[in-house]
Amino acid sequence: MVSFLFKRLLQSIIVMFTVALIAFSMFRFVGDPINNMVGQDTTQQERDDLRERLGLNDPVPVQFGKFIVNAAQGDFGRSYKYQVPVSDLIFARMPATLELAFVSAILALVIGIPLGVYTALKRSGIASKFIMTMSLVGVSLPPFLIGILLILFFGVILRWLPTFGRGEVIEFTSWSTGFLTASGLKSLILPSITLALFQMTLIMRLVRAEMLEVLRTDFVKFARARGLPDRLVNFKHALKNTLVPVITITGLQLGSLIAFAIITESVFQWPGMGLLFIQAIADVDIPIMAAYLVMIAFFFVLINMIVDILYYAVDPRLRADDE
Amino acid sequence: MELLNIKNLQIEFPSRRGTVLAVNDVSLTVRPGEVLGVVGESGAGKSTIGNAVIGLLEPPGEMSGGNVYLKDEQINTLSSEEKRKIRGRRIGMIFQDPLTSLDPLQTVEQQLVETIELHLKLGPAKSKEKAIDLLRQVGIPEPEVRITNYPHQFSGGMRQRVVIALALCAEPEVIIADEPTTALDVSIQAQILELMRKLCQEKQVGMLIITHDMGVIADITDRVAVMYRGNLVEEGTTEKILGDPDHPYTKSLISAVPRPDVRLKRFPMVDYIEKEGERKKLLDISTHWLGQARDFDAVEGPLIEVKDLVMTFVTKQALLKKNRQMFNAVDGVSFDIKQGEVFGLVGESGSGKSTVARMISGLYTPAAGTINFGDTDLTKIKSEKEMDYYRRQMQMIFQDPFSSLNGRMRVMDIVAEPIRFHKLASSNAEVEQIVTDLLDHVGLGAQAAVRFPHEFSGGQRQRISIARALATRPRFLICDEPTSALDVSIQAQILNLLKDLQEELGLTMLFISHDLPVIRQMCDRVGVMKMGQLVEVAETENLFKDPQAPYSKELLSLMPKLDKLSHRGLEVEED
Amino acid sequence: MENTIEKTRLERFLDSDVWHSFKNSPVAIGSFLVTLLIILSALFAPYIAPHDPFDLAVIDILDSNLPPAWELDGDPRFLLGTDDQGRDILSTIMYGARISLFVGFASVIFSMIVGITAGLVSGYMGGRVDAFIMRIADIQLSFPAILIALLIDGIARGIVPKEAHEEVAVYVLIFAIGISGWVQYARTVRGSTLVEKGKEYVQAARVIGIRPGTILHRHILPNVMGPVMVIATIHLAIAIITEATLSFLGVGVPPTTPSLGTLIRIGNEYLFSGEWWITIFPGAALVILVLAVNLLGDWLRDALNPKLR
Repeated sequence: MVSFLFKRLLQSIIVMFTVALIAFSMFRFVGDPINNMVGQDTTQQERDDLRERLGLNDPVPVQFGKFIVNAAQGDFGRSYKYQVPVSDLIFARMPATLELAFVSAILALVIGIPLGVYTALKRSGIASKFIMTMSLVGVSLPPFLIGILLILFFGVILRWLPTFGRGEVIEFTSWSTGFLTASGLKSLILPSITLALFQMTLIMRLVRAEMLEVLRTDFVKFARARGLPDRLVNFKHALKNTLVPVITITGLQLGSLIAFAIITESVFQWPGMGLLFIQAIADVDIPIMAAYLVMIAFFFVLINMIVDILYYAVDPRLRADDE
Repeated sequence: MELLNIKNLQIEFPSRRGTVLAVNDVSLTVRPGEVLGVVGESGAGKSTIGNAVIGLLEPPGEMSGGNVYLKDEQINTLSSEEKRKIRGRRIGMIFQDPLTSLDPLQTVEQQLVETIELHLKLGPAKSKEKAIDLLRQVGIPEPEVRITNYPHQFSGGMRQRVVIALALCAEPEVIIADEPTTALDVSIQAQILELMRKLCQEKQVGMLIITHDMGVIADITDRVAVMYRGNLVEEGTTEKILGDPDHPYTKSLISAVPRPDVRLKRFPMVDYIEKEGERKKLLDISTHWLGQARDFDAVEGPLIEVKDLVMTFVTKQALLKKNRQMFNAVDGVSFDIKQGEVFGLVGESGSGKSTVARMISGLYTPAAGTINFGDTDLTKIKSEKEMDYYRRQMQMIFQDPFSSLNGRMRVMDIVAEPIRFHKLASSNAEVEQIVTDLLDHVGLGAQAAVRFPHEFSGGQRQRISIARALATRPRFLICDEPTSALDVSIQAQILNLLKDLQEELGLTMLFISHDLPVIRQMCDRVGVMKMGQLVEVAETENLFKDPQAPYSKELLSLMPKLDKLSHRGLEVEED
Repeated sequence: MENTIEKTRLERFLDSDVWHSFKNSPVAIGSFLVTLLIILSALFAPYIAPHDPFDLAVIDILDSNLPPAWELDGDPRFLLGTDDQGRDILSTIMYGARISLFVGFASVIFSMIVGITAGLVSGYMGGRVDAFIMRIADIQLSFPAILIALLIDGIARGIVPKEAHEEVAVYVLIFAIGISGWVQYARTVRGSTLVEKGKEYVQAARVIGIRPGTILHRHILPNVMGPVMVIATIHLAIAIITEATLSFLGVGVPPTTPSLGTLIRIGNEYLFSGEWWITIFPGAALVILVLAVNLLGDWLRDALNPKLR
């Protein structure tokens, strides 16, 4: 167990290191950082001072080292555009994105997995065929278009639900939540459906494919040949074996929710990290882009670690390697 | 009284190219304590019978006629829920592959107790007691401890014992075993068959055993039913069918079985089964390209000399070299092969025999040791160009006819590839002429050249492989289990072809097989391998008559006894 | 006599299971026809489009924001209505599909070339090369394709001078979408290569002495193309969606040569004021195209892998 986790941790560090290197290169080599920080009328003398002060004259590896040390403490420099620390911007926006991603993840899992199991077990049924066709329509609808259609229908035509922003939020020290107000919850509905729909269809199709694979195995056939009732065969033997591969890929998918939120946030003007990022791209605000990249990688690594531990708990074959 | 009674069974598989009649009007009976064998080659339809009886035919297959009775009760017309209650409770089933038959995420205890509770309604404590008792009966040591293990913690043979325990746990009246030992080594096969036989008699269970293996039939069955392309051609006591068969198919099938007890000159032609195997147009080797002046260096002494060969595999990767777990698949093997000799390597799976072949052919690089081809040490050659010279003299035939040919290439291009690569012919027209001649010579006919591999049967594909191997005009041929994926009748044809070619072309051969009777038919000398080491090298006939190493003795004693088999019409080679 | 046995490519195709499954699948035929129709009308847009939406001489601002022809204020000259600048929606859709399909196909081809090469090399060589390529793939997989495309676009904006940006935008987009998709191909091809490498026909080629390059190209590549074609079809749908998404987010192709995504973005601003047709028709065109391609991909996967049905 320890060696397994250690190995995973090492891999995660390599991932974070690589991402940090990319982020640093963006910051250092895309455009001139000084030009981006100062106004037109700054003298050469002032520029040189700033360059020296920011350590941009140091050897590149030293700069990278400093970058990593700072990043580990949450310091990504100042935004070119807003002239405030990037970390302040990001942390202020983070709750919005995380709440949205969390609700969407729950939606996608709670609906996606049962539908996948159902369509695998009753694969020639009419309901299954309908669900499968709908899921193809689901993956064919770009998320931003889903958002637009929902806005058009529930916002513009029916006027039932708010179409932009988070509604009222309540602040807890540095965390602002929309979970505790009626308008906050109402505002969550359309964006979270938009974000969840695509992942839901993916998870459903994945669960179905894996389940069909497992249902064809010899041990399922042997379980039936022993006279075990369908309920036991399907849910005790087949489903558990399906979950092993599903956990990994689902973990990856959910990790990508945070990044996919960019689109949803943009459609619904949701004040999260994604909206910040997309504006940063339009403004070529490199520090924000770099910080966002590192942030996403961190969440991904975190989710992956959790997935690995789950994996380990489910599959005895992995545990056996320790003995 | 009959326990299981199958009457006029008919099974169809509809497909877009027409309906295939997998089983046609087959009637079988099994009595208590009796073992009935159903034997046949691939495509005989024997496996679908077992699935049809327990009501688990895989779609699109369907039972289109006939009835199945279990003790006078008709069971094929029952509802699916009633059929389920019969499965496991009254009819147990054992499948071929023990490695995939058990749920990997549940302990053996969970799987056993679940089945026992379901059928016998004993309650958890009693069920566990019974489960432990069953494991003891099937010969698993320390059943109290092992019962908490997961399937992957058992070896293949042990897992098949667990599968048998699962099939027996509700005390069924009939057991259907579908190729129960095909995935196992000979030594384990013998133990499992003995166990099945014993349990069958003790509990007065009727057993239907489905197999392609005459050895299994001879070992365990009381009566035999022979199937050919969906039809039951002959049925009778094992003594009668093996010793004095009536039907021509049974006769040719039995004559094709390699004998462990005598060495034959050739296998008799089994014309009942496949006609295209006949070699109609033979080349005159003395004048043809294939037999023409070979520009090889003359060699004195043995052609191949292998010394202290070692091959190491990493079984567990680790970051630090010292933490890596290594495993010597081949551990200090030395032997030589004289010119014109057929040298056999025999051993169970994992003994390293194929690894040796792969090192000699250059597919693996040995960790240590030397491989001399004539006077040249192949392990010292650095340049590809120089190696090509030896590759041309040394070719290989593989085990699996379905994966040894590239399905995207026409047979012409497959066989021509070595000729073109080594520039052995001057023009494209000449290449094509040579390929057609080769295909004729191995008994395929020239028109095979324009077709694709999937249009051929397993035996025919193996002939294509042989033609490809001959296309470099080699002097040394490595055959790695060349017939173990084939039906016996096809095996006989391919072995005959290899014998003929060896004689005509004066080939030196390394012949790898797990099958002792085949080794006896093919090899002049033989090496016995066990866990990466060579335990004995002897003249083949000496090995069979007077084995020296204890392991050789054990292997020989575990060989299926085929002395019941008819000897009629066989030409025995004199010493 | 040999000619009677030798089948031509066409004959073999007509006898294949894939063709047979296609013939018997109305969904496959339908989606194929729809895809073909959209591709053709995009390809020949300059000849068949009712108007040239980019010819400033023809566009009349007085025609702006007209609803579809069947609505009360509709104009029969503009079947699907006009946008804020008086451009015919149907024509802009046809021209927009041109850009969308061009970017889609180009980035799929780009991904395929990079991915297949990486997968073949990785699977066949194994060892350090394999570990290196797969580690890069793993790291890239940590990020959704859309994010990588966005980043590349953002970096390109930082590097390319503003004046040149519009000209190179499409190529930046192709590169961004292409590079974000190679991992899928690489992983699949690597997996198949590992399987094929272990098969005996590859070993037979090695025993003959055939060099690795030739083995990869002549033996392994043709045998791994089946799954690649399935991925490529589905990837085409994803690439079109990604392009549309990027353009919608305002970082894709410039409004001067709008793709379907750009059109939806432009129209989105008028959604609340009731001019729904400016968004909905390009959106519908996009969904129909993507759905048709997805249905084709779904069918192809089942046809190539009959076990799954």
